[in-house]
Amino acid sequence: MPTKTIKVDYLARVEGEGALDLAISDGKVASAQLRIFEPPRFFEAFLRGRGYAETPDIVARICGICPIAYQMSAVHAIESAFGAKVEGQLRALRRLIYCGEWIESHALHVVMLHAPDFLGFPDAIRMTRDHGDVVRNGLAIKKAGNEIMRLLGGREIHPVNVKPGGFHRVPTRAELRALAETLEHARELATGLVRWVARFPFPDFEQDYEFVALRHPDEYPFNEGRLVSSRDINIDIAEYESEFEERHVPHSTALHSLLKRRGAYLVGPLARYALNFALLPATVQALGEEVGLQPVCRNPFKSIVVRALEILFACEEALRIIDAYEPPAQASVALVPRAATGFGCTEAPRGICWHRYDFAEDGTIERVRIVPPTSQNQPSIEADLTAVAASILDQPDDVIRDRCEQAIRNYDPCISCSAHFLKLKINRS
Amino acid sequence: MSEAKRPRLAVWKFASCDGCQLSLLDCEDELLTLARTVEIANFPEASSAITEGPYDLSLVEGSITTAHDAGRIIKVREQSRHLVTIGACATAGGIQALRNFADVNDFISAVYASPQYISTLATSTPISAHVAVDYELRGCPINKDQLIEVISAFIAGRKPAVAAHSVCVECKRRGTVCVMVQGTPCLGPVTHAGCGAICPAYRRGCYGCYGPMETPNLASLAQQWRALGENPREIRRALQTFNAATEPFRKESEAHAD
Repeated sequence: MPTKTIKVDYLARVEGEGALDLAISDGKVASAQLRIFEPPRFFEAFLRGRGYAETPDIVARICGICPIAYQMSAVHAIESAFGAKVEGQLRALRRLIYCGEWIESHALHVVMLHAPDFLGFPDAIRMTRDHGDVVRNGLAIKKAGNEIMRLLGGREIHPVNVKPGGFHRVPTRAELRALAETLEHARELATGLVRWVARFPFPDFEQDYEFVALRHPDEYPFNEGRLVSSRDINIDIAEYESEFEERHVPHSTALHSLLKRRGAYLVGPLARYALNFALLPATVQALGEEVGLQPVCRNPFKSIVVRALEILFACEEALRIIDAYEPPAQASVALVPRAATGFGCTEAPRGICWHRYDFAEDGTIERVRIVPPTSQNQPSIEADLTAVAASILDQPDDVIRDRCEQAIRNYDPCISCSAHFLKLKINRS
Repeated sequence: MSEAKRPRLAVWKFASCDGCQLSLLDCEDELLTLARTVEIANFPEASSAITEGPYDLSLVEGSITTAHDAGRIIKVREQSRHLVTIGACATAGGIQALRNFADVNDFISAVYASPQYISTLATSTPISAHVAVDYELRGCPINKDQLIEVISAFIAGRKPAVAAHSVCVECKRRGTVCVMVQGTPCLGPVTHAGCGAICPAYRRGCYGCYGPMETPNLASLAQQWRALGENPREIRRALQTFNAATEPFRKESEAHAD
């Protein structure tokens, strides 16, 4: 039988670079592999021997899009190892800076990277011809998130202000209040964005995912909670390694993370929303309902709607924190290093980011394990690709290619945290 | 200006965190104007419309860590009238250049269960170690205002107005009281300006993410750090971060053994 190969040199509009191989034989999808070539940078190796205090600055460099996720998981792990607890306004400020990261990262993905797929544009810049206001509003939302990052972090990318125990410097009440007007405007724009993306034409496609996210008794999760799944998992983050494992597959420099008992699972906005819907503010729940989104959504193409709803949530949460803010007496709590193991797990924009550190007595790192969200979603991405391609096998190759690229972008994959250039090859035999 | 006459911009990624090219998308107020001034001809992180070279200006993020990338950068250079490196990875090898101080095979087996699947070079090197570079913009990450200045300068055919003095000058300009005189170790006196002296304004010492300034006096700074109570290991760690492979930082860091 003839073999047909289609190549796309780059999968665009993802952070980082990777490749996809789709093998079709006898009218069936034989395999779908997301190949990740991102040159390894060996963070887990060179962190050995480094001090706990310099860890947040170093792990930020794993990802320029979500540095706060890495900093937060690291500081929580360090504090848990040394038996310290960061509470009150310092804890609230951590949620606030995380709101900033969700807003900037989600706005980038929803408006600049993902929306063009649904409207047939190669990028947001060309989309401005027909949807100029949406792009400008999207940039304004993104900028509002970055303003939180800039005030609390010192800069948008690789913020300098997060430290184990708290912050180097905390803002005054007046400094935080100055953000409120921008965020109120962003909240309004986010509401419009939810309604706009909800009208996109979505493929009729659902998967029976096992959702995994943090769950906190009182809050939609950022920094703390138990690890729960839509099936039977409900564990402390320290027990992660008893349920999950990483496998090294030949086609990826990002390790594949799997449930030991069941295989693929899904982290990120769809999982958080499904597992924590009851903890969202009534306004966000109502808007979700208004646009026809069920609390449990199993269509990955609709993740764009959930991301937009999470932007709205993050704007509301940021405004709530700003309103209740009283500067704490100390910018950080004191830490006393000891020989211990600590765990941190926080909700990066793309899903849980799990860290484990083993420290020596003086606070030097002996061993570290970091599991980014994209490695956890890789098996689910491949399962989606197989199912998506199978549902449109009778279509021309370029239609299959476009839909598969879109299916990858559903995950907002951060391939720099885990991937390199993406070539799409379809082998038909 | 017609599409054909606008200068053609390309953005390339090598081993990196994506943060420096994200700086371009973080120019929320300037992005749409920039897109009218230049043709964004190759920027995969932002657009699936990739057009072939040659390009008037290539911005290169990331360091060279694989044999494949060592070949790819030569092709990028061939297609680019001007090539500007953006950020510490591209100009200095980045944090991944810490492998240059160690055995890379030990690094591979620390992270991966099946080292045979991993193909990597023993070193992480800056772009300038492989091809001619027209301008190097420092920082981990770069400053987006400086990025706009560099792009504007290359379009206009002039030299970028980017100061080469130390972070200390930026602290003076900002009115920040010196943290070093208050007892906090700071790399500001030897670090290239550009960030706007953020760290001292947030009550911590500069950690050198913009790399060495021209002719830094590292021996003198290390002496000051010793006087403030820092031990050799702490001095070595402070210099072995995002610009560890630059000659001044490398040399001084290796002078401070445990």
